[in-house]
Amino acid sequence: MELILSTLINGLSLGGIYAMIALGYTMVYGIAKMLNFAHGDIIMVGGYVIYVFMATQNPLLAILMAVVFCVILGIVIEKVAYKPLRGASPLAVLITAIGVSYLLQSLAQIIFGSASKMVTVFEFGSVKFLGANVQISSLVTLAVTIVVMICLTLFVKCTRVGRAMIAVSEDKGAAQLMGINVNRIITITFAIGSSLAALAGLFYLLKAPTITNTLGAMPGIKAFTAAVIGGIGSIPGAMLGGILLGIVEAISYKITAIAPYTDAIEFSILIIILLVRPTGFLGKKRREKV
Amino acid sequence: MALLEVKDLEVCYGVIRALRGISFDVNEGEIVTLIGANGAGKTTTMQSVVGLISKNGGKVTFDGHDITKTPCHKIVHMGMTQVPEGRRIFQELTVYENLLMGAYSIKDQSGFKNDIDAIYTRFPRLAERRNQIAGTLSGGEQQMLAMGRAIMSHPKLLMLDEPSMGLSPLLVDQVFEIIKDINKDGTTILLVEQNAGKSLAISDRAYVLENGSIVLSGTGSDLAASEMVRKAYLGG
Repeated sequence: MELILSTLINGLSLGGIYAMIALGYTMVYGIAKMLNFAHGDIIMVGGYVIYVFMATQNPLLAILMAVVFCVILGIVIEKVAYKPLRGASPLAVLITAIGVSYLLQSLAQIIFGSASKMVTVFEFGSVKFLGANVQISSLVTLAVTIVVMICLTLFVKCTRVGRAMIAVSEDKGAAQLMGINVNRIITITFAIGSSLAALAGLFYLLKAPTITNTLGAMPGIKAFTAAVIGGIGSIPGAMLGGILLGIVEAISYKITAIAPYTDAIEFSILIIILLVRPTGFLGKKRREKV
Repeated sequence: MALLEVKDLEVCYGVIRALRGISFDVNEGEIVTLIGANGAGKTTTMQSVVGLISKNGGKVTFDGHDITKTPCHKIVHMGMTQVPEGRRIFQELTVYENLLMGAYSIKDQSGFKNDIDAIYTRFPRLAERRNQIAGTLSGGEQQMLAMGRAIMSHPKLLMLDEPSMGLSPLLVDQVFEIIKDINKDGTTILLVEQNAGKSLAISDRAYVLENGSIVLSGTGSDLAASEMVRKAYLGG
């Protein structure tokens, strides 16, 4: 029982992190119709910014700086690398995104070296929760991700900018005819996605306090998987896919016999879901124009 | 002075010249129609005037401002709105949310309640279905919604691209009645139609577009009477 509970909480918090990253993928895809494969590396950048500003011994300042820096970075990447390719073939955009990903990883390696850096943001212990030993960092992660997801849902549903985002994701041309500045909405989307990635970087450091220049690579791919499982372009889908993947991963790690195959199991789930339901759980079928 | 003045407008898709330098104008309070067959360049004209596709030459003036290079969303804020071909309502939003999107360019939201009530009065069907997902509406209802959505922004110039397309004859009559109504309330109309008979009947002036050039222009009744228009567009 205790084992189940602690595994579940682990899974939920890991899933929360995946969901946060997946939201960045899915929102950018929904609005700019591109896969931003450099998104995972923003997590790594966020981690390094926290590492640098932890020199001040002020974790809140470090987190704030990470969010600010990642937001600016996300906007700059969009303006410099992706905006000139608007209307270009999706393949060109995809290759550019992969290029940006390698650029960020290499820059981090040049600046910080290839050895991993240690950074402890907060000293959390563990607590007894209904008899189970639970990491406090997991609970914090879970709580923050839930708050973030609620805020994001309300933002999209209830604000003028949020509705404009829905409009742009559905029909860019019609959105323009409403007077919506599509470029501005895309910028806002990249800013939101990057701030979530910065927070994800924080949560990774809470889980394991080491950072390398490839920190974001695997979480990026996992979160992308989560976004596709949930239905790429769908915000609740990204949340669902992220949580699902996190729980599967946590359970799989606890079972000794299959633990080494955890990644393989997760990506197999992706393949199976793509075979059975190509649009993902909550993805919509592309409506053909009548 | 004309509300909209288009001079030598040219649009190319790659090597294909879709518009070969067309000129026309729309005066305040008028209903002006562009008629023409499929592929004549009607939708291209509409989309390039409003800034959805880029122009390769010519000049467009709206309300005294040169808008040749102005991006679409800014043109909309200046008071030009378009009901696009195929309606393009936001399928996943409700009827109400679609109307809300229509008012996106209005900064002062205080008149919103009145505006939306006016739409519901004009289109009772939309009032009945206000909380329904727009994608589930019938074609006629979607056309009403697209028109209601466009009026929400209080346009000086309302452009309608094939509003009667795909509708039953009864609904087509209704749509033309509504266009006349909107015009009576003071909105200038630029209409693009394949249904030449009905659109010429409500138009002050009209232009005939063929292969990217304007080949004929005149008052609605003149064109309806002209030999060439009758042969080509009115079936005799």
